[in-house]
Amino acid sequence: MSTIAPAAPAAVAARETAAPVAFRGLGRAFAAPDGGEREVLRGIDLEVAAGEIVAILGPSGCGKSTLLRIAGGLDRPTSGEVAIGEAPVAPYDVRCAVGFQEPRLLPWRSIERNVALGLPRGGDRREGREHVARLLELVGLADFAGHRPHEVSGGMAQRASLARALARNPEVLLLDEPFGALDALTRLKMQDLLLDVHRAEPTTVLLVTHDVDEALQLADRIVLLGTDGETPGAGIRQTVVVPGHRPRDRGSAELAELRGRLLDGLGIDRHGTARGIQATTTIPHYPY
Amino acid sequence: MTTDAASRTIARSTPRPAASVAVPAGAPRERRPLTGRRWFVVVGGALLPIALLATWQLVSTTGLVPVSMLPSPAMVWQAAVDLAERGLLGQYVAISTQRVFLGFAFGAALGLLVGAIVGLSRLGDILLAPTLGALRAVPSLAWVPLLILWFKIGEESKIILIAIGAFFPVYTIVSAALRHVDRRLLEAGRAFGLRGVPLFATVQLPAVVPSVISALRLALAQAWLFLVAAELIASSMGLGFLLLDSGQNGRIDRIFLAIILLAVLGKLTDSIVGLFERWAIRRWA
Ligand SMILES: Nc1ncnc2c1ncn2[C@@H]1O[C@H](COP(=O)(O)OP(=O)(O)OP(=O)(O)O)[C@@H](O)[C@H]1O
Ligand SMILES: [Mg+2]
Repeated sequence: MSTIAPAAPAAVAARETAAPVAFRGLGRAFAAPDGGEREVLRGIDLEVAAGEIVAILGPSGCGKSTLLRIAGGLDRPTSGEVAIGEAPVAPYDVRCAVGFQEPRLLPWRSIERNVALGLPRGGDRREGREHVARLLELVGLADFAGHRPHEVSGGMAQRASLARALARNPEVLLLDEPFGALDALTRLKMQDLLLDVHRAEPTTVLLVTHDVDEALQLADRIVLLGTDGETPGAGIRQTVVVPGHRPRDRGSAELAELRGRLLDGLGIDRHGTARGIQATTTIPHYPY
Repeated sequence: MTTDAASRTIARSTPRPAASVAVPAGAPRERRPLTGRRWFVVVGGALLPIALLATWQLVSTTGLVPVSMLPSPAMVWQAAVDLAERGLLGQYVAISTQRVFLGFAFGAALGLLVGAIVGLSRLGDILLAPTLGALRAVPSLAWVPLLILWFKIGEESKIILIAIGAFFPVYTIVSAALRHVDRRLLEAGRAFGLRGVPLFATVQLPAVVPSVISALRLALAQAWLFLVAAELIASSMGLGFLLLDSGQNGRIDRIFLAIILLAVLGKLTDSIVGLFERWAIRRWA
């Protein structure tokens, strides 16, 4: 599984491959159907260092995708600002690559040509083709290069979408639940792939996930989004620095403790604590 | 090792592009269903016309219906030969086809252009859509007296009328289709750095190709419709003129001939759009 490491892009010349991202007092309100406004995000302050992997956790509908879209310039904040490096995020910022929550592949293009869409503009054609072939190999779709999106499974489409985002070789990689539709084994493989790519090209990664274990495995830091129950709009409820270096031992007791805290933060009843049963500190079985 | 081998077999049995699938010699070829075979498509499509022709022949020769109401196929054929000998048949067909092609080409091209402007640009939509909607509401035949006054009974008036007939279906369908291109795909295209013409060529155009082709089909049918309308009203040659002239002279055999020619020509030109469709789908969609 870890043998795929050296295959990651080596052809790319040395250049600034990662940029810091800063959210300052960021808020987003959407127009509500009743004519008013509905606050979704409020007062987000977050500094992401260049090359850092930050996982964003939170309950469904709390604004994770919205935050990511704002970081990529696909949406604009209603208050505050977000900057990549020194410069504020521009609409559809070219420094970012987005892996959307749904695959969003062009149905009339082959998987290969869909991945090629992610290549930076104006690159060498042959190099681009090789890069795409390598990425397809990495995500396990080499045999399906010529297929159309409707001819592959949902999980394969999602891997193609991930490959498309990686093809960009961006300064900031924005991934919205990139492994959501994958089976447990493929999911582990793709997580390792992401780490391998990151090691070869240490880009900044913002990763939305609903899987606490995935966050613990991949991230340097985990940001927990949520509301405080009174004021509308989600803010950062918790920021957790994940100890240790990647790849982490999926079963370590330290991570188990963190996992418990994060699940608490998400309001999930674990080990029966809510039913008055003492929480154990034994290493839990992971649902892999 | 064994699991490895097993997984490799599984990997190998996953579907591959059809081109790489080799059918082993002697293995039973997958039989295509009857409806998928070329000869059946051709024969199947010809069945009804042949049956109609046979019924026609039967009804007209047995005297069931007087020939003054329903001429026999032979009489219609004779009318065609007669007109051809006088050099009129070819001339009428040629002039009508030319009018349709010219009017269709102008109307459809303009429809594509204006449809694209209105469908792609919010400003274009605001500025043009209300006016075009009002013009579309005018029954196209209402233009005839005006066109005749302005352009007399020359070629221009007919071609412009046909162009009007071809313009509106293309404009309406293309602008609506462009407006309804999947926003999420557009956003994905933009997120990967596409703008302007490359975005149009990568996302919008392939997304609307099927609609554009339906629009062209409809426009071509409209073009023939307006051709006959134009020639019925004011002309000295063409299939519409043949219809009018024969109606006034009671030449029912020629009326039948004109109707059959319109059916055949309409179908032929539609097949040309069909060929274009095959090419465009392969190229874009
Ligand atoms: N374009 C929009 N217009 C109006 N409301 C929106 C829009 N986009 C998002 N929202 C609202 O913002 C809130 C957050 O949406 P978002 O997609 O960011 O959630 P999420 O945290 O990604 O959820 P999930 O985990 O289910 O993907 C939702 O309540 C949604 O209704
Ligand atoms: Mg989301």
